[in-house]
Amino acid sequence: MHAIKRRALPLAAAAMLLLGIGAYAGAAAPDTVTIANFAFSPTPLTVAPGTKVTWNNKDEEPHTVTSADGGHTFKSPALDTDDKFSFTFNKAGTYKYFCSIHRQMVGTIIVK
Amino acid sequence: MDTRDKESLVNTRRGLLKCMAWAGTGIVWSVVGGVPKGVPISMGLGGTALAATSAFTFVQISDSHIGFKADANPDPNATLQAALDKAVALKPAMMIHTGDVTHLSKPEQFDTADQIIKGAKLDTHFVPGEHDVIGDDGKMYFERFGGKGAAAGGWYSFDQGGVHFVALMNVIGFGPATGATLGKDQLEWLEKDLKGKSASTPIVVLAHIPLWSIYPQWGWVTADADQAFAHLKRFGSVTVLNGHIHQVVQKVEGKVTFQTAMSTAFPQPAAGTAPSPGPMKVPADKLKSVLGIREIAFAPAAAPKLTDQILG
Repeated sequence: MHAIKRRALPLAAAAMLLLGIGAYAGAAAPDTVTIANFAFSPTPLTVAPGTKVTWNNKDEEPHTVTSADGGHTFKSPALDTDDKFSFTFNKAGTYKYFCSIHRQMVGTIIVK
Repeated sequence: MDTRDKESLVNTRRGLLKCMAWAGTGIVWSVVGGVPKGVPISMGLGGTALAATSAFTFVQISDSHIGFKADANPDPNATLQAALDKAVALKPAMMIHTGDVTHLSKPEQFDTADQIIKGAKLDTHFVPGEHDVIGDDGKMYFERFGGKGAAAGGWYSFDQGGVHFVALMNVIGFGPATGATLGKDQLEWLEKDLKGKSASTPIVVLAHIPLWSIYPQWGWVTADADQAFAHLKRFGSVTVLNGHIHQVVQKVEGKVTFQTAMSTAFPQPAAGTAPSPGPMKVPADKLKSVLGIREIAFAPAAAPKLTDQILG
């Protein structure tokens, strides 16, 4: 998992920069996960390898997006209202994640 | 709710609880040797009279969420200050804060909270909330608010006023879970911590997330709390003070009284009454009626009294 992290993190950072210049579409995009009412939606989300997935927090409560391996694979900071976080999934697999603030909030990204 | 409604409500226990849950009425807790009793001091029963007959009085505040800025409360600094003004007026021996000191665990939020709380000049003991440990597993929180002599995991205990306080930590988790966990290390520590204590020692347990199952769907539960109560069951008086749900919910089970606290920042909906437990908006002029503090008063060989008090 650490190998993935080293490869993927610079890509995730680049993805976040792209977001800033409006290269990204809205909430309806197939690679966006909306966080609303303490839930990730859609889940599971299936994407192709190399897809940059973006989470968008629409709650007034902060949330995080933290991989279920304790945040080793990906880990967002606290996302306040309307904050976004992106991560690029380069390798096929099933990635479970949760909100480290509200641990009952879980989601899955399937990369294939 | 008008004044008349309030008067009729507090005449019955059910009315009182209803009022606490929905109008955010405060309760002063006084722990007088056994079973705590809730008394609403904002409704004519003065907190000072209670304190005068009690040997040891302390105040609980909770969920100050410094840094919160949404509509439910644009100025949590001011409402924290209002809570502290109420607390200071009760002349307590000390104060506890049951977590979510900050909203987003940011350094400036910790600094602001620290400054405001220090201004009250009360000896204060904290337990962290999940909002205090985001991103760094509580490093910044523990630097400022960590308990004296705390274990590596952040839990600690202390004795004051003849009461043994156990400050537990149930807000750090490294994977998905339904609700909070205390964990094996902390449970072992608790067993050792309680070992030499006489069963007649009143125990107060502090933790942010409720230590009983209120509403697991919203994470209002601590999964392994039963193991903690196995160590606590021999004691004659156990008072569990939690935060997290921004409203007063009470349960008495044998010699154990559980009670959650109001927030000083914003209310949350009652379990299951909204799509999510997010901040609940009330009209601005009603906000202080759903925020509050709690006084807990212990006197020798009598039941503890717990009284919540709204901010306005």
